[in-house]
Amino acid sequence: MKNVRKITSSKTFPPLVALFGILLFNVFLNPGFLTITIVEGHFFGQLIDILNRAVPIMILGIGMTLVIATGGTDLSCGALLALSGAVAVSLIRGKSTILNPETETPFIIVILATLAVASLCGLWNGFLVAKIGIQPIVATLILMTAGRGIAQLITGARNLTTGYPPFSVIGQGWFLMFPVPVFIAAGVFLLVWFLVRKTAFGLFVEAVGINASAARYSGINATLVIMTVYMISGFCAGVAGLIYASNIMCADATNAGLNFELDAILAVVLGGTSMMGGRIYLGGTVIGALIIMALTKSIYAFDVAPESALVVKAAAVVMVVLIQSPLFQNFRGRVRACLPFGRRAGEGA
Amino acid sequence: MEDPAALLQASKIEKSFPGVHALKKVDFTLRKGEVHSLMGENGAGKSTLIKCLTGVYGIDGGDIYFQGQSIRPTSPQHAARLGISSVYQEVNLCPNLSVAENIFVGREPMKGPFVRWKAMEKSAGEILSRFDIHIDVRRSLDSYSIAIQQMIAIARAINVSAQVLILDEPTSSLDKTEVGKLFEIVRRLKSEGMGIIFITHFLDQVYEISDRITVLRNGELVGEYKAKGLSKIALVTKMVGKDYDELTSVSRVESGGDNEVVISLEEVSARHSIENVSLELRRSEVVGFAGLLGSGRTEAANVMFGLEHNSSGTVRLKGTAVRLASPAEAIRRRIALCPEDRKRDGIIGELSIRENIILALQARYGLFKYIKKKQQNEMAGKYIELLGIATPDSEKKAGELSGGNQQKLILARWLATEPEVMLLDEPTRGIDVGAKAEIMKLTLDLCRQGMAIAFISSELDEVVRMSNKVIIMRDRAKTGEIAEKDLNQDAILRAIAGGDAS
Repeated sequence: MKNVRKITSSKTFPPLVALFGILLFNVFLNPGFLTITIVEGHFFGQLIDILNRAVPIMILGIGMTLVIATGGTDLSCGALLALSGAVAVSLIRGKSTILNPETETPFIIVILATLAVASLCGLWNGFLVAKIGIQPIVATLILMTAGRGIAQLITGARNLTTGYPPFSVIGQGWFLMFPVPVFIAAGVFLLVWFLVRKTAFGLFVEAVGINASAARYSGINATLVIMTVYMISGFCAGVAGLIYASNIMCADATNAGLNFELDAILAVVLGGTSMMGGRIYLGGTVIGALIIMALTKSIYAFDVAPESALVVKAAAVVMVVLIQSPLFQNFRGRVRACLPFGRRAGEGA
Repeated sequence: MEDPAALLQASKIEKSFPGVHALKKVDFTLRKGEVHSLMGENGAGKSTLIKCLTGVYGIDGGDIYFQGQSIRPTSPQHAARLGISSVYQEVNLCPNLSVAENIFVGREPMKGPFVRWKAMEKSAGEILSRFDIHIDVRRSLDSYSIAIQQMIAIARAINVSAQVLILDEPTSSLDKTEVGKLFEIVRRLKSEGMGIIFITHFLDQVYEISDRITVLRNGELVGEYKAKGLSKIALVTKMVGKDYDELTSVSRVESGGDNEVVISLEEVSARHSIENVSLELRRSEVVGFAGLLGSGRTEAANVMFGLEHNSSGTVRLKGTAVRLASPAEAIRRRIALCPEDRKRDGIIGELSIRENIILALQARYGLFKYIKKKQQNEMAGKYIELLGIATPDSEKKAGELSGGNQQKLILARWLATEPEVMLLDEPTRGIDVGAKAEIMKLTLDLCRQGMAIAFISSELDEVVRMSNKVIIMRDRAKTGEIAEKDLNQDAILRAIAGGDAS
């Protein structure tokens, strides 16, 4: 009984319920929804597809969780995703003008340079927010617009394509029967989770997000903490950018990751992290990203006319957010308190 | 209590916020044609009372009468329509609008749907010339000095055909001649029959302008006095109060007087903070800091904690000159500060008690030497028991603790870092008497164990009881030092009031 209460009172419980609700709804309308088949030694099915497609939002969301926990926002991560793709593909192509199955730059350098550029862009955001004191929305708005502009400069405003096979593995490959992006997302998650829960970083981020002044009085270098979280968000955008570009084998400066920053913010909020800053819920963010992708998937699966898809999605988001709102939680608490087998009775046990 | 001359009368005003009883049956009477100062230390209830009178807060009990009629202002706008206007410390105008627009915003002279700009500018000019201010009212507000802006704010306030004008700290950003000019206007308004409520921390200004003084302390009315019959020393005594009884068991640690100096300031100045302050904190000694708010006592502690940087002079730690660049640096050097504003600078409310306790130590350890969960729990348990923090367990949110327990929690955070210097800024403010005594005893225990302690408090009896030496601060400078043998409340009050012992 006690364990059940512990689970249901966890911040990650409501989004989990929402996710299961959406999946259940799908099963109800399409009994084959949960079927997973093995084709050519890989898992195939709707669930795998949702997981795979949620990866970019998930990775952006993981970085965004830390930023939001400090009370900030990073609007630039979608644009940085596009910029990273542009950097990677242009490095692979080098000066060659034809679709080349070779790379002009050593592959490891391509990866490292892309991640370095994205991290530096994140650091710039952090510098504007923490050192200069610009409001996060405004500060990151700069790279949100400029990032895509720089990406277009790099690609020459064309869709740069590449035919280098190893690059395709990042976004399209398979490993142990699962898509490679899922492993990359798991890697990023573990890395950040380690930083947050196994070092003092999480405590510092949460302290700064809840009360920056008190954190400073306690000897925490709030400026450094804030700059670091924006840098991590930039790094995450770099990873997501590699996956995205690899998936289409192309650097699309205008459309890659368009509005992804908003989905990432939504994933974080759905996951339970407060926009006011404070507690970090990394697992919640992952579930949030899955909710968004499951919603999108269901809308396509049920032949919602494309012109009404966004409205339907918005309506579904409103419902999910309502379920998580304090108003509804209070209501739930009151209902439970009235039931004979509810909270009150449970407390005695 | 009906006073025929009363313009605005508040009777038995009650106001509570969650956890705080801010006003306890407070009476206040403002008469026609008088300047009435409202005095009290921070948290005494001055601002709350003003906000109740102007409709910012609703009142929980009591009555407000305006010209004999019972009123209940619901918003500052409503109060202004009734004839009660207020000007706050920060200028509440729009710097990007013109002077005339600022004076008339929200009630522009209209002709149909159009603003009558000419008429508006003309009457704005007339209103200001009443104050002897002749400026171009079409220019934007921010092209004029803060003093002029302050006057414009007042002009705006009284233009709403006000009969009561409330000035909340109007002089804090003004220099001496500007204050003079403001007071001229206040006197003129007074002679026109207006009632003026004046709030300030500057004692001299209170005596220069006021007819009457009402003193509040801890949300209670201490009394209403004629300014002429109340000496400065009596006023300060009434503001600061004295509840000796509960704390009689506390008394200072004996000191030889030649213990090792742990930290010292030598002629230290910091911009907008302190000027030319020299002082020493010794091992196993409590040094009290006395002075009114803004006198520089908090600022001196901030300099020793690396929050403010000295522009001249030397900070020495055990004889070596050091530069304390940040709190982190100060903490590394075993200095701790319990800040004056516990909520703003101390408690991290959403974090657990455990996390709050280990925070400063963890910050000193850095990112990678993360204290193990088991050790965290042990530390939290140890300090909860040692300081008697009342909580069922260490995972409770710190924000849910009472004021006294929050103060103990911050002390615990510092004790965990094993400091050599403990700077306590108002450690007993806003907590109940029992917790006060506990905090004081604890402080003395720490002192006995060898800590050098700075004890900043507005509660003079506490300062007298605790300190081996008291430093008097006034107007950002150290004006005196009282040794243990000459220490009593009278001597401190005399020193704070600046030799005016009449």
